[in-house]
Amino acid sequence: MTSDVPLWEVFVRARRGLAHTHAGSLHAPDADMALRHARDLYTRRQEGVSIWVVPATEITASSPDEKDSFFDPAADKIYRHPTFYELPEGVAHL
Amino acid sequence: MPGVAGAERLLGEVEEAEAALREAAERELDGEASFDAVIAADQKIEPRDAMPDAYRAGLIRQIAQHAHSEIIGMQPEGNWISRAPSLRRKAILLAKVQDEAGHGLYLYAAAETLGVSRQELDTALLTGKQKYSSIFNYPTLSWADMGAIGWLVDGAAIVNQVPLCRCSYGPYARAMIRVCKEESFHQRQGYQSLYVLAQGTPAQRAMAQDAVDRWWYPSLAMFGPPDADSTHSAQSMAWKVKRFSNDELRQRFVDMCVPQAEILGLTLPDPDLTWNEQRGHYDYTAPDFEELMRVVKGDGPCNRQRMAHRNRAHEEGAWVREAAAAYAEKNRKAVA
Amino acid sequence: MSGLAERATTVDLLALGDDALIAAQRLAEWVSRAPTLEEDVALANIALDQLGAARMLLATAGDEDELAYRRDDRGFRNCLLAELPLGPGRGDLDFGWTMTWLLMLSAAQLLRYTDLAAGADEHAAGIGAKAVKESTYHLDHATQWMLRLGGGTEQSHRRVQEALDGLWPYGHELAEGIRDRWLALVEPVLAEAGLTRPADRWRPDGGRAGRHTEHLSFLLAEMQSLHRAHPGAQW
Repeated sequence: MTSDVPLWEVFVRARRGLAHTHAGSLHAPDADMALRHARDLYTRRQEGVSIWVVPATEITASSPDEKDSFFDPAADKIYRHPTFYELPEGVAHL
Repeated sequence: MPGVAGAERLLGEVEEAEAALREAAERELDGEASFDAVIAADQKIEPRDAMPDAYRAGLIRQIAQHAHSEIIGMQPEGNWISRAPSLRRKAILLAKVQDEAGHGLYLYAAAETLGVSRQELDTALLTGKQKYSSIFNYPTLSWADMGAIGWLVDGAAIVNQVPLCRCSYGPYARAMIRVCKEESFHQRQGYQSLYVLAQGTPAQRAMAQDAVDRWWYPSLAMFGPPDADSTHSAQSMAWKVKRFSNDELRQRFVDMCVPQAEILGLTLPDPDLTWNEQRGHYDYTAPDFEELMRVVKGDGPCNRQRMAHRNRAHEEGAWVREAAAAYAEKNRKAVA
Repeated sequence: MSGLAERATTVDLLALGDDALIAAQRLAEWVSRAPTLEEDVALANIALDQLGAARMLLATAGDEDELAYRRDDRGFRNCLLAELPLGPGRGDLDFGWTMTWLLMLSAAQLLRYTDLAAGADEHAAGIGAKAVKESTYHLDHATQWMLRLGGGTEQSHRRVQEALDGLWPYGHELAEGIRDRWLALVEPVLAEAGLTRPADRWRPDGGRAGRHTEHLSFLLAEMQSLHRAHPGAQW
C-alpha cells in the first residue's frame, strides 16, 4: 500500500557547546529530504542549532543480551575515573 | 484572563515525570535486569530489551491508536483554519494543527522502536484495522468548537496523557513528555479563546455555550468505558503502562473542569453536577457509553468522512511518494 | 537593475503583504492532505511563515484584520499567481502544481524581501531581513521537490511540466521589475529538474490594480465569512 520509505534517526544539537542528542526518527526518501523534515519536525520550537540524520539501517547497536560482557568489565576499572586519585593537600589545577 | 490552575498543575506533573525518568536512570539496578526487575524498580524498558509478547503488542496497539488519533484529529480543527476570524487566531490554529501532525510523528517513531513499521501502521489506520480516538468522529460546527476542543478535548487528553509520561516503556514515556509540554499550549489557547467568546457579543456567547453543550459528554467518554467494563486496564496497570483507572481519570477531569466553567461563565450541560462533601469530588452524570460504543464501531457522525479524507490524501499522494523514491533510487545508482 | 533607489521601487508593502496572506490561505488547504505526514508539517511551516510575514506587512499599512477581512477582492493588491487554486481548477489540490507555484512565488518573494531589507525604512528593513531567511527556505523546499518530481517517474515529470506550463504566464506579473533576477533563480532549477521552460506569450496581470481572477472572491468569501458575520466582535 505504501512503498516503504526509509527510516532516519535524528540527532539535534540544542545549543553550541552541547553534543548532538537523539531526538527521534522520521521517514524520508533520501538524506536531503530527511534533513529538511528533521528541521521542520524536531526544531519547531527553536530546539536546535545543528542536525544530523542517519539511516536507521546504518546503525549497529549492541545487544542487551551482551550487556554484561560489554559493559560490566568497565565497572571495576575505577582507576579510569579522576576521583580515584587522592592528591596531596594544596595541589591545584590538577 | 484568569489562570487555568489545573493545567499548571498538570504541566508540573510532566516536569516531575521527566525528573523521575532522569532519577530512575541514575539508580543502580540490583541483580538481574530482567523485565520484571526493571518494572519493579520503576525503571524504563528500552527497545532491545526482552519483554513479554503481550506487553509489546499492547504497547504497539496503544501507541498506534494514540498516533492515529493525532493524525485524524487534524481534520476537525483543520476544518476552521480557512475561516479563522482573525489572523492571530488563524496562526494559532494552524500551529496547533501542525503540532498534531508532529505529535503523531513522534508517536509513530516510538511505536516503530517496538518492531512495527510505519507502513504497517499507515495501513492499519487506512483500513480501519486500528482505531483512533472516537472524539474526532464528532463534527466542528462553529468557531467556538475550536475553543471547546482546546479546553475540553485537549484537557481530557492531557489528563489521560500526563500519567503516560511515567509509562514503563522508555521511548513512549519520552515522546509523551515532549507531547504533553507542547499540548499545554493547546489547552490554554482553547480556554482563552472560549473565554473571549464568553465575554463577547450575545451571539458569540451563545456559540460558546452551544459548543460546550456538544463537547462535554464526548469529552467525558474519552476516558473510555467504566472500570468494570474495561478490558485492557488491569494488565496495563501491573506493567506500569497505565497508572490510573478510567474512572479515576474521568473524575479528575470533572473536578478540574467545574471551577474552570464557572470562571468562563458557561454552564456544563449536567443538571446533576454537584459537590459531594463526603467523597471530596463532584458527582456527575456519566456519558452514554452505548453511544461511545456505536461511535467506536464506526457509526459516529463523521467516521466515514474522516476515513475517506485520510484515504484520499494517501491515494492522491501516491505519485509524489513514488517520484521521490524513484529519484532517490536513481541517485543511489549514480553514486554507486 | 541596480542601485538601492531603483530596488526600493520594486517593493510595495501592501502588495507584498497581500501576496503572503493569500499564499498562506492557499497553502493551508494542504493541512491534513499532504503526500506524507512529514510534508504536511513542512507545508504548514511555510504557510505559517507566509502568514507571519503577511501580518507584519499589513500592520505597516493599517489594522491587519481590517485589511484582511473587510476589503473586497477589488481592494486586494496581490499578484494573480498567489490566488490561483493549487491545481488545474477550482477546488483542486495538486502537489506538482503547488511546488511549481511555490518555486515561482518564493523566488520573487526572496528578491523583494532582499530589496526591502536593504531599504532606508528601518522597520520595513527588519521585516525584510526576517522574511529573507524564510523565503530562502521556501525556495529550497520547492527546489528539492522540483528536482524529485522532474527527475522522478514519467508520471511525475509529466504532471510537473503541465503545472509549469499552466503557471508560467503568471510569472510576468509576479516578477514585474525584477524579471531578470527572478529568471536567474528559477531557470537553473527548471534545467536541473529536466523541465522545459515555457515560451513567453500570454502575460495575465491586473492583480496589483485590484483586477483579479474569478478565484479570489471565492477564497475571500470563505476566509472572511465568520469575521463579517459578527461586525465589531473581538476574537
